[in-house]
Amino acid sequence: MTPGDLTAETVTITGHGGDAVEAYLAQPLAGPPAGGVVVIHHMPGYDAGTKEIVRKFAANGYPAIMPNLYFREAPGASPDDAAAVARAAGGVPDERLVGDVAGALGHLRALPGSNGKVATIGYCSGGRQSFLAACSLDLDAAVDCYGAFVLTAPPDEFPLQVGPLGHLVGDLSCPMLGLFGADDKYPGPEEVAEFEAALGRAGKDVEFHSYEGAGHAFFNTDRPSFRPEAANDGWERIWEFFGRHLSA
Amino acid sequence: MCTYRTTTLTVAGSGKGAEGWFPVTDASVYFDHPVHAPADHTLNVDLRNPSRGASARVAVELDPVSARALALAILDMLDSAPAGLVDAATPSGVPPAG
Repeated sequence: MTPGDLTAETVTITGHGGDAVEAYLAQPLAGPPAGGVVVIHHMPGYDAGTKEIVRKFAANGYPAIMPNLYFREAPGASPDDAAAVARAAGGVPDERLVGDVAGALGHLRALPGSNGKVATIGYCSGGRQSFLAACSLDLDAAVDCYGAFVLTAPPDEFPLQVGPLGHLVGDLSCPMLGLFGADDKYPGPEEVAEFEAALGRAGKDVEFHSYEGAGHAFFNTDRPSFRPEAANDGWERIWEFFGRHLSA
Repeated sequence: MCTYRTTTLTVAGSGKGAEGWFPVTDASVYFDHPVHAPADHTLNVDLRNPSRGASARVAVELDPVSARALALAILDMLDSAPAGLVDAATPSGVPPAG
C-alpha cells in the first residue's frame, strides 16, 4: 500500500429515529486497525470542501464519515440548496444531531479496520455540535473548530431555539481539542477563554489553541478566510491529538 | 463567524432558477458565509418555492454596500412608480392586466 491510498463512497447510515441518512465515508486502503472520525459539516452543508476533509483523514490512516445533516430536508439536492432549506426550516435540532452522530459512530465501529475507538470533529456550527456529541455520547476524543454559541444562545432571529450548552460541561466524555482564530468574533476570545476555564474547573482534559492573524473558518482552503499558517499548525495538533487518543 | 441570523418571509411573484421560471413563495434573508462570493460574509437572499423542491431557488450573495444600494433602489423604484400601479397590485404582487 502507498501512503495516502484510500477509498471513498456514499453510504447510508441509520440516524436519529431510525431514519436512513446519507453519509460520505472514506477509509484507508490498508494499514493497522485505527480509530474512526465523524466529521460534522459546517452550516453551508455537506459540501465538496468538507468531503475533502473526510478524505484527508482517510489518507492519514483514520476511517472517517460525514453524515449529511440536511438529508431529511432535501434528499438529493445540491449542498447549497439543501443548506438554504435547512436554514429556512431552523437548522438541525440538537437531539437529531446527536442521533445522527451516534449512527455514524456505529457505522465506524463496525468497519473491518476499526479498533473500536471513535472521535468527532466539527467546523463552525459543527464545532458546537462536536462538543454536544461529546457530552451526549461515549467518545474517545473530540475536536471543536471555532464553534460559536457554546456558552451563549444564538440570536433570537435564528428560528430554531438552540440553547447554550454550558450546563453540559461536566458531561464531556473525552479529551477535547479546541482550535480557534484570535480574530474571530463568534466565538470571540472572551467566550473561548470562558469555555476553556469552565472545562478546566470541571476537571476535563482540554487543549485549546487560538491563532493570531486568523479569524473564523481558517481551515477552509477555498475561502478568503483560509489562513495557511493556522490551518497547517491546526492539522499538526489534530494528528498529534488523534495519535494519542485513537491509537490502539 | 456563523451569524445564524436569518429572517424568513412569504413572498409572491416569480423567479428564474436553474430549471427556468417558477413561482416564488418564500424568502430568506441573512448575513452569513457565502457559498460562492469571494468574501467572508455577504448579505444573502434565497427566493424559494419549497413545494417544488430544494432546487427551486434563486440565490444571491451581495457585499453589504451592494446589498444596501439594491435595497434602496428597490424602495426608490416602488416609491416613484406611477400613481396607482403599486397600490392597485393584486395580492399576488402582479398589477392587473390592462
